[in-house]
Amino acid sequence: MESVTKRYADGTVAVDRLSLEIRDRSITVLVGPSGCGKTTTLRMINRMVEPSEGTILLDGEDIQRRPVTTLRRSMGYVIQNAGLFQHRTIVDNIATVPRMLGWSKQKARARAAELMERVGLDAALAKRYPYQLSGGQQQRVGVARALAADPPVLLMDEPFSAVDPVVRKGLQDELLRIQDELGKTIVFVTHDIDEAIKLGTMVAVMREGGRLAQYAPPAELLAGPADAFVEDFLGADRGIRRLSFFPSASLDLTTGPVLPLDATAEQIAAAGAPWLLVTDAEGRPLGWGEPRTLTAGAIRPGELLPYGRPFVPGTDSLRAALDSAVLSPAGHAVAVDDAGRVTGVVSQAAIGEAIRGAHAADRADEAKVAS
Amino acid sequence: MNLDRFFDIPSDLQHSWAGLIGLHLREALLPVLAGLLLALPLAQLCVRFRWLYPPVLGVTTVLYAVPSLAFFVVLIDYTGQTELTVMIPLAVYSLVVLVPAIVDGVRSVPQETLAAATAMGIGPVRRYLQVQLPIAVPAIMAGLRVATVSSISLVSVGALIGNQGALGNLLAAAQKYDRPELALNSVLTTAALAIVCDALLVLLRVALTPWMPSGRRPKTAPRQRPVPQGVTR
Repeated sequence: MESVTKRYADGTVAVDRLSLEIRDRSITVLVGPSGCGKTTTLRMINRMVEPSEGTILLDGEDIQRRPVTTLRRSMGYVIQNAGLFQHRTIVDNIATVPRMLGWSKQKARARAAELMERVGLDAALAKRYPYQLSGGQQQRVGVARALAADPPVLLMDEPFSAVDPVVRKGLQDELLRIQDELGKTIVFVTHDIDEAIKLGTMVAVMREGGRLAQYAPPAELLAGPADAFVEDFLGADRGIRRLSFFPSASLDLTTGPVLPLDATAEQIAAAGAPWLLVTDAEGRPLGWGEPRTLTAGAIRPGELLPYGRPFVPGTDSLRAALDSAVLSPAGHAVAVDDAGRVTGVVSQAAIGEAIRGAHAADRADEAKVAS
Repeated sequence: MNLDRFFDIPSDLQHSWAGLIGLHLREALLPVLAGLLLALPLAQLCVRFRWLYPPVLGVTTVLYAVPSLAFFVVLIDYTGQTELTVMIPLAVYSLVVLVPAIVDGVRSVPQETLAAATAMGIGPVRRYLQVQLPIAVPAIMAGLRVATVSSISLVSVGALIGNQGALGNLLAAAQKYDRPELALNSVLTTAALAIVCDALLVLLRVALTPWMPSGRRPKTAPRQRPVPQGVTR
């Protein structure tokens, strides 16, 4: 998008000289408060809104030079509340664009069935009507419908804002999974900064008056907001959120305070720690206990305090590790492997050390890029 | 009253009882059909150009307020003492219900659905025929029910212009031959026709809209029919 402006007849400027390069096969999120022109920007991409000035190029070609219907059918569109055709069955909803492109009924339906499976919808729903589906299911149908003709571009306008938080998280995870498989170029509009940070490869923060405040990968956004507006929009705990982007693989784990249920008095004494993590026979965590309250030789689970939520080093971020440490009464995070077996514990202090190290590495990277 | 002669229709009406029913249905339903064909484009214009809706609504309401007798007086010079003279005012009357029903129905289509259709590259004509109109069906059918029942009750007024009132002619005959059972026949048969037609339209609506949650009324009810005026209605 090159210096695109949308000015309405009454003089209102919805989008002001916006320039944006959207990378192929990635998720670009437009985020900002209401009235910042993010939806208008999205709708200029498929020409539901025509820009007053500036040009939008798709693969180097001005989108104005393509017939509008061809352009739109090459871009899937997902909208808040799904916008399904309530008078058509789910399978017919999904098959809409393929049918318009002249596919046979049979082929279009087969494609629809394939997509229902991809977005996690039960095939039994195919012949239902939209009113018979929950909000989350309808939204999945909306995504399937947008993907039906396999368009290279997907435009998503606050698609998940009308569903409850649990369903929304499921839909977000599903979108990331689908994106891993299909590699579409997705432009995603939201007013929810957490959603932007979770989904975006690149995040464009927009402000009132349709101006771009900052365009950066989410980690960079959290590390260095361009101005007070962006900082304010990111919210109070951006430092904590930024930890999501630091890996936990480098944490030094210790197995010193980890003991089995049948630990002897000698073992308990030898551990020498104020808190001990007790595991079952398979090595899965049971809980924390203080040495003086434990029954040597036959520790009962009732003597233990909950261990919070463990993290998986390498898979989870430092944020998950810190969360685990904060939840634990001992101030130690519990690390487990994929099977849930304890691989060690790590203290808050050690996690803090790792965070400082990650920040330093980040600064070094930036300096390298700068020079 | 002599109920034995309930179905004994005087020969000057030139129809059997069943014949009168057929005639009554034709005179009542053809105008509604014509009204629907007229209301569809009119309503679409009102949706497309919003400023047009209030004046159109005003005109149809004023036309509805014109007594049918006044219509007959004007029309009789052109169409004579025929069925057509009865059916033209009935078609005009149906507009006052049908136009708002269709406009409300088409407008009840959610913005997201329209945006989604546009974004899929569905053109305006196709969008109207394949999205807006089908979704407006419940509201249109609700309007059709009111228009049909009202039309069935209004046909009788045709008796005023030389036996063009179908079942309404029985009312005139009842007076002329002093046979009150004919009046009773007229009223009961007309009421039964209205109820049966209404029920058929409900069945049609259910058949046309398998996509509607059952047991829920259409979201857009038709406007209340104005209180009838005029001599014989």
